[in-house]
Amino acid sequence: MTTPTLPALRRRTLLKSGLAVTVLSAPPIVSARGETPVRIGMVNPLTGILSALAASEVEGARYAVERLNKKNGILGRQVELLVEDSANDVGTGVQKTRKLIERDKVDVIVGDVNSGIAYAMMGVTNELKVFHIVPGGHTDPITGVDCKWNTFRICNTTSMDAAAVTGELVRRFGKRFFFISPDYAYGQTLQNNFIRNLKALGGEFQAELLPINTSDFSATLIKAKAYKPNVLLNNMGGLAQINCMKQFTQFGMQKEMALGGALFELESVRAVPADAQAGTWAMEWWWDQPNVPEVVSYVADFRKATGKTPSARHWFALVAIESVRLAAEKAKTMDGPKMALALEGLELPPEVALSAGKAYYRAGDHQLMSDIFVGDMHPPKGNPDNVFTIGSIVTGEKAAGPVEATGCKMVHPA
Amino acid sequence: MLQLVLFNVTNGLIIGAFYVLMALGLSLILNLSNVINFAHGNFLALGGYIAYILVPFLGFWGALIVAPLITAVFGFVIERLMIRRVYTRDPVYSLLLTFGLAFIMQDACRYIWGPNGLPMTIPDSLSTPLSADLFFITWYRIFMVAIVITAVTGLFAFLRFTRVGIRIRAGTLDLDTVAALGVNVGMLRSMNFAVGSLLAGLAGVLAAGQVGLNPNMGDDLLMPSFIAIIVGGVGSLTGTLCGGLLIGVAGALTTVVWPAASEAVIYVIMLVVLVLRPRGLMGQEGMMS
Amino acid sequence: MNTATTTTTVPMSTTPARPWLTGVIIWALLLSAPIWLPMLGGYTALAGRVLVLGLAAMSFNLLLGFTGVMSFGHAAYFGLGAYGAGLTLKYLAASTPLAILGGVLLGGGLGTLFGLLISQRRGVYFAMVTVAFGQIAFYITYSWDSLTGGYDGLRGFARAPLNLGFTTIDITNNSTAFYYFLLIVFGVVTGLQALLLASPFGRTLVAIRENERRARFLGIPIERHIWMSFSISCCFTALAGAMYALLNNFADPMGLHYSLSGEIVIMTVMGGMRAFWGPLIGAALFVVLQDYISSMTVNWMSFVGMIFVLVVLFFPRGLLGMLQRGVGK
Repeated sequence: MTTPTLPALRRRTLLKSGLAVTVLSAPPIVSARGETPVRIGMVNPLTGILSALAASEVEGARYAVERLNKKNGILGRQVELLVEDSANDVGTGVQKTRKLIERDKVDVIVGDVNSGIAYAMMGVTNELKVFHIVPGGHTDPITGVDCKWNTFRICNTTSMDAAAVTGELVRRFGKRFFFISPDYAYGQTLQNNFIRNLKALGGEFQAELLPINTSDFSATLIKAKAYKPNVLLNNMGGLAQINCMKQFTQFGMQKEMALGGALFELESVRAVPADAQAGTWAMEWWWDQPNVPEVVSYVADFRKATGKTPSARHWFALVAIESVRLAAEKAKTMDGPKMALALEGLELPPEVALSAGKAYYRAGDHQLMSDIFVGDMHPPKGNPDNVFTIGSIVTGEKAAGPVEATGCKMVHPA
Repeated sequence: MLQLVLFNVTNGLIIGAFYVLMALGLSLILNLSNVINFAHGNFLALGGYIAYILVPFLGFWGALIVAPLITAVFGFVIERLMIRRVYTRDPVYSLLLTFGLAFIMQDACRYIWGPNGLPMTIPDSLSTPLSADLFFITWYRIFMVAIVITAVTGLFAFLRFTRVGIRIRAGTLDLDTVAALGVNVGMLRSMNFAVGSLLAGLAGVLAAGQVGLNPNMGDDLLMPSFIAIIVGGVGSLTGTLCGGLLIGVAGALTTVVWPAASEAVIYVIMLVVLVLRPRGLMGQEGMMS
Repeated sequence: MNTATTTTTVPMSTTPARPWLTGVIIWALLLSAPIWLPMLGGYTALAGRVLVLGLAAMSFNLLLGFTGVMSFGHAAYFGLGAYGAGLTLKYLAASTPLAILGGVLLGGGLGTLFGLLISQRRGVYFAMVTVAFGQIAFYITYSWDSLTGGYDGLRGFARAPLNLGFTTIDITNNSTAFYYFLLIVFGVVTGLQALLLASPFGRTLVAIRENERRARFLGIPIERHIWMSFSISCCFTALAGAMYALLNNFADPMGLHYSLSGEIVIMTVMGGMRAFWGPLIGAALFVVLQDYISSMTVNWMSFVGMIFVLVVLFFPRGLLGMLQRGVGK
């Protein structure tokens, strides 16, 4: 490497304020192929209600790119990360994807946190045959009925998270559940998956679907209390989830039933008061794994670089960037179809997998199989980010079930 | 079942009280200045964030009083600098102006305080339920309602008994005559805008204690407030008050039978009102044209 | 109500010096866009977006600029148009023209019905009621999961190749061909709009805008004219929405949200609401600025907001309004 400190990030990603509006980004100048950096385009909702999660993914990706460029880049080429804001709007997300591919000529597309946008982006990347990684959009069809040869997903499907948590909740608290879920595709699939797992274990339940942005849960919590369940399952997302938790604790219901759900991400945990940091949840990755030396060194290095503790979102982004490298190195090219074939069945090395178990992309549906950490949330102990204690680890395969059950039929281009 | 309905009526009144606080501020500005303040939800967020800064210095109670006042001053300045300049123009300009302001204010909040939600600590004495039976009514909710009642009573008293208040009411009915009588209409509108912002700021502090802070926190309240005004009847503050409470209760009652529709019901109410009684419950004839 | 202070509009010259000149320049630029746009760092999808939103803004302007009525919920008809097209393609037939018709019927039809309820309202109240109606439409599409795909949007449809009888034009994979298809539709619609405005009906609308009371004294049925204008405007906006669905191959609820309504209004005002081509110029400026700024900073919302504020405070006539006025002197 001759220029290890080459600025790998375009100024667009660095600008915090827009004092430099006048410096409009010129179209990229393409020089000889060997010197061209590998371009990774990331589309994420940096504004709108998911912005906290998106910000973490962008931060994680920047860190990963920097780390990569200090080593050997990808195929000996430097890596350039181009970030575009989808503004949590499908139309904008699709337009930005086209922009990155058509104008900026990116080799790979990464995104979006919002499954709906990720889904719509898949239409574009598939049409234009661009390698696409979805780091953090959970909706099932992405690696299920609508799976595509060019798309790989890192975060779990909703059914994997549900399967991982249900067993643990039933084992510890009992078989009577009350569900509170948001009334849209994600919430409904999640709830149905929970119900399927619960029924298989012989449980009973009552369920209520609420509008996504519900901020007052008293009416539903009144019903929940009357049902006297063993567990209250909070499937709401973002702010609604937090408000539901807060009201749950304010009403003193934690004395009568356990609380749990699929995901309660670190970004959200930070936004609730200490007494609402409770319940049994799944983490798709957790920073505190003292027995895994790779995790310890990643966390230490990440903290040094950013001053923050990495969340699952940071890890998703790291895996996304490293997967591009792994696929390219195995395929020895940046050609989309070849990279896709190379990544199928590929096992992540320990410094990328960052957990004790193995992590690999399942060939049949392009879903990453990685460890799921089920455990308890609690107010910070010492370190402000020490809010979760791992109870058990469920492997990805176990939670995912067989490929046939996902409904994915992978068709590669001729 | 009856108990459940009663629970939810109470609960709906609590939620409605919140809409009222927001909608009254909007309504005040709309009535006197003919401006729909799209940034009203952002004034609410601003009030909440200011309180968040002040709590470590003044405590919750101090912040509750000071934060709305600062929001009011901010509103006053914004009105003087920008909004005042479009009163004489087509209403499209005031709409666009406040719409743009909403963008800027939301982004500024995100820039300063970050995209993550922030928790706001409320005194322990307020965060416990009333009793084991009334577990869903925390002292904080009671306190919120008390504050709303105080603020609304204060507002109506202000409009009835103070010189500025009487002028604002008179201006709502006939601004030209008020101007002809030698009242400084410009200052009157600025004061009125400040009072509206004060109410938004107050709502912001209360909301922060209830649901925490985030840059978009006012957005979800803007539409219900519009609907409270339309349902209650444009031009009537009492109407806005009733409209807010009505849609609050309607939403809560819908949760009993069909939870997923609890958000939709307020729009249905508005459509019914528009078809059957276009001027709203308490609006005067001709006020909406 | 304080009528004296509400509707003193900015005086405008309605007859620019050389109206044909603007048209010629615009058409030359639009026809050659696929050639010069990539050289300037643009991309074809961006041009498509400008055309679609420009069409929406021009349709909206029939109401704002030429009838003098302020709707702040036009995104609803735009979005409904998109869903109408998407649903037609997905459930009825793989035909692009039929999809456009489906969009116009859904968006325009609902707009026409709603227009009946509100044609007596004026000013900010009209605006407020249209916002609220827009949110109802937004809410329905976003909650009716089984039909519309709910929050995630409607997917699983794609524009179909154009079958002209003697030949078939592939607008599905060829983005340049699709751009010209958009441009032809745009040309037809704006042609219709120009004819409409030149007709006695269009003249009457302008008369209502200039002085509603006087028009009423002349025996013009004001409410009916405003209703018809609203209805026509909604139909054209829905058509633009249908084109948006074809452009993206999906429809989503944010296409009905009031923030898009606000953007349509700012495009119109920014370009010049009294000039026929103004909204298109505004749409082009807005779309391109937003595209560049949002790539450079996450704080693009502040800049967009700043554009709103600056346009309102300092350029209320809009770009074309100022230019034409300058030439007219």
